[in-house]
Amino acid sequence: MSRTYLDYLNEKAMPHMWCPGCGNGNILKALLAAFAALDLDPRKTVVVTGIGCWGKADDYVTTNAVHGTHGRALALATGIKAYRPDLTVVALMGDGDCATIGGNHFIHAARRNVGITAVVANNHNYGMTGGQFSATTPAGSRTSTSPYGHAEEAFDLCELARAAGANYVARTTVCHYRQMEKLITEALAGEGFSLVEVMTPCPTYFGRLNRRGGPPEMWRSLKEEPGLRTGCLVKASRPSFEARYAEIQKAARALTGEERDPDAR
Amino acid sequence: MSPVVFMQGNEAVVEGALAAGARFYAGYPITPSSEIAELASRRLPAVGGVYLQMEDEIASIGAVIGASLAGAKAFTATSGPGFSLMQENIGLAVMLEVPCVVVNVMRSGPSTGLATKPAQADVMQARWGTHGDHPAVALAPWSVQECFSLTVAAFNAAERLRTPVFLLSDEIIGRMREGVTLPEPGSLELVERPAPTGPAAEYRPYRPGPDGVPPLAAFGGPYVFHATSSMHDEMGVSANDAATAASVISRLVAKSRFALDFLPGPEVVRSAETGRGCRPGEPVLLVAFGSSARSARQVMLDHPDHPMTLFRPRCLWPFPEKELSALLADHGAVVVAEMNTGQLLLEVERVAAGRVPVAAALRSDGEIITPEQIWETVREVARRPRPAAQALGWKEGGR
Ligand SMILES: Cc1ncc(C[n+]2csc(CCOP(=O)(O)OP(=O)(O)O)c2C)c(N)n1
Ligand code: SF4
Repeated sequence: MSRTYLDYLNEKAMPHMWCPGCGNGNILKALLAAFAALDLDPRKTVVVTGIGCWGKADDYVTTNAVHGTHGRALALATGIKAYRPDLTVVALMGDGDCATIGGNHFIHAARRNVGITAVVANNHNYGMTGGQFSATTPAGSRTSTSPYGHAEEAFDLCELARAAGANYVARTTVCHYRQMEKLITEALAGEGFSLVEVMTPCPTYFGRLNRRGGPPEMWRSLKEEPGLRTGCLVKASRPSFEARYAEIQKAARALTGEERDPDAR
Repeated sequence: MSPVVFMQGNEAVVEGALAAGARFYAGYPITPSSEIAELASRRLPAVGGVYLQMEDEIASIGAVIGASLAGAKAFTATSGPGFSLMQENIGLAVMLEVPCVVVNVMRSGPSTGLATKPAQADVMQARWGTHGDHPAVALAPWSVQECFSLTVAAFNAAERLRTPVFLLSDEIIGRMREGVTLPEPGSLELVERPAPTGPAAEYRPYRPGPDGVPPLAAFGGPYVFHATSSMHDEMGVSANDAATAASVISRLVAKSRFALDFLPGPEVVRSAETGRGCRPGEPVLLVAFGSSARSARQVMLDHPDHPMTLFRPRCLWPFPEKELSALLADHGAVVVAEMNTGQLLLEVERVAAGRVPVAAALRSDGEIITPEQIWETVREVARRPRPAAQALGWKEGGR
């Protein structure tokens, strides 16, 4: 008996808290459909979230879940995966959570190539706190804290993850549901650190402040955004942190027997 | 026969952690705690455990919390700057009710301060460092032996209470070497976190057990659960109502009070034990912990004909106020000795409540407090009159 996405949806928590026209619900559906495609055991799956609108997604899943502190989802996830490599560990983060306050953890989780799938909802701003700019806000854009236009350049999260050494890096948008589901499934199935960056509209803040129209206009322009590279951008097969650490445990056991000092070799 | 080995305080912490069943460490190196990381990196993989060196202390405590939720007895070690960085996630561990041990080998601050020199100035940070109302449990070793035994006690308390527990060591205790009696394997009393029983579908991760502590499952086991840093109900689901918040906060805070029943109590050493008697009302009560307590003990040995009692809390938080209060009646004055500008002093003054004069021998220049400095304070306070009992409306022997 195989599962469907509904098996992973906590229907008791519906309706969700996201605004009309927000893309988060679509990302959630794609994530849960990917769980179903891989027939993940909810007992062996842990969803870790930080703080933000997308970071509320843990309320809506039936797997194990932990909602931590802003920016630190990957730190918690790393501890879980390092101790229990057999579990599927997913970190759900907004662009602020993942790449701004949590940027250091993001590059190091990618460098460490620890087996976590990061599904990042990039809406170019801090939705939860009222639409302030984040590290992915394009230069010149208006946000609640860049009323005259934003003076900083934005991070390209996929390039960042690639440079840091992630095994799998992909980008998609909420307007490309099939691609989104396929990429998340691939990311979950692989070894090592994987990133799926999902471009998603925040009509309530970023859209309104930048006069991008309502939800229909925002979704249409996202679908047709010129020059946006989507699809799988990196697929490497470096050994994961867990695989390497298992070797270290083996070596340490062999070397120390019980109490022998490794220096005395 | 238990073997006696010569080791460093920081090493004894790692041995104590391993003996307590710790199998996960995540940290970021910092003087004077780094020997803990180094030994953990060597010992843990050999026993099937995991050593992680994270990108900072925020990530370190985060990984410790994650591993603990996955079932590990987990710990980290740091010093002042790293302890400051950990504070937000210490609150996360409190709120998620995740057992873990945080070792702070205290050094002189603020900021980078005297990075290689000792201090005891994080007492109040251990109590109130993270925001919001919360419980705090902190143990303070004064010897290498206690670096071992109090680390075991810290793990036991963390597991039993489902809360972070601090081991407040300092540069002197962490770095000195002494003989340690290692208990026979299997002879230690170890506490495991309360485990859920019953059908998985009925598991409520935040329904308090008989002592107020809910049973904790592990990710990957038969029980699926949800944990959140937001205020939550018994299912671990966010709940914003005032009644839930009031009951969660009062239960969390009460946990550390109940901990006093099983945490290591204070050590009380009377100078009578060193050969001389003492008359009630006259002796001076010395209050000190960690390395300062060693100097305080030396004062007693140096001046055997001056009656003194050493009150040495092994558990700083919750503060053993009942035990201290009981001693005040037969002491003429109190001297608190600590390497800071007066932190534990505030607790002692609160407990003394004007019943006896309280003086302090304090030092915060990165040097160890000397027996001579404490002795000067003892002599000075011994000359002060005891407040009249009636004037304070205080009954002899009462609290
Ligand atoms: C340490 C800390 N700083 C600030 C906040 C306030 N805060 C909560 S969510 C958030 C930003 C969320 O933005 P993002 O991660 O992009 O997610 P979104 O809400 O857009 O989905 C901020 C600044 C916090 N909770 N914790
Ligand atoms: S504020 Fe923006 S990101 Fe948050 S739910 Fe609303 S539309 Fe979505």
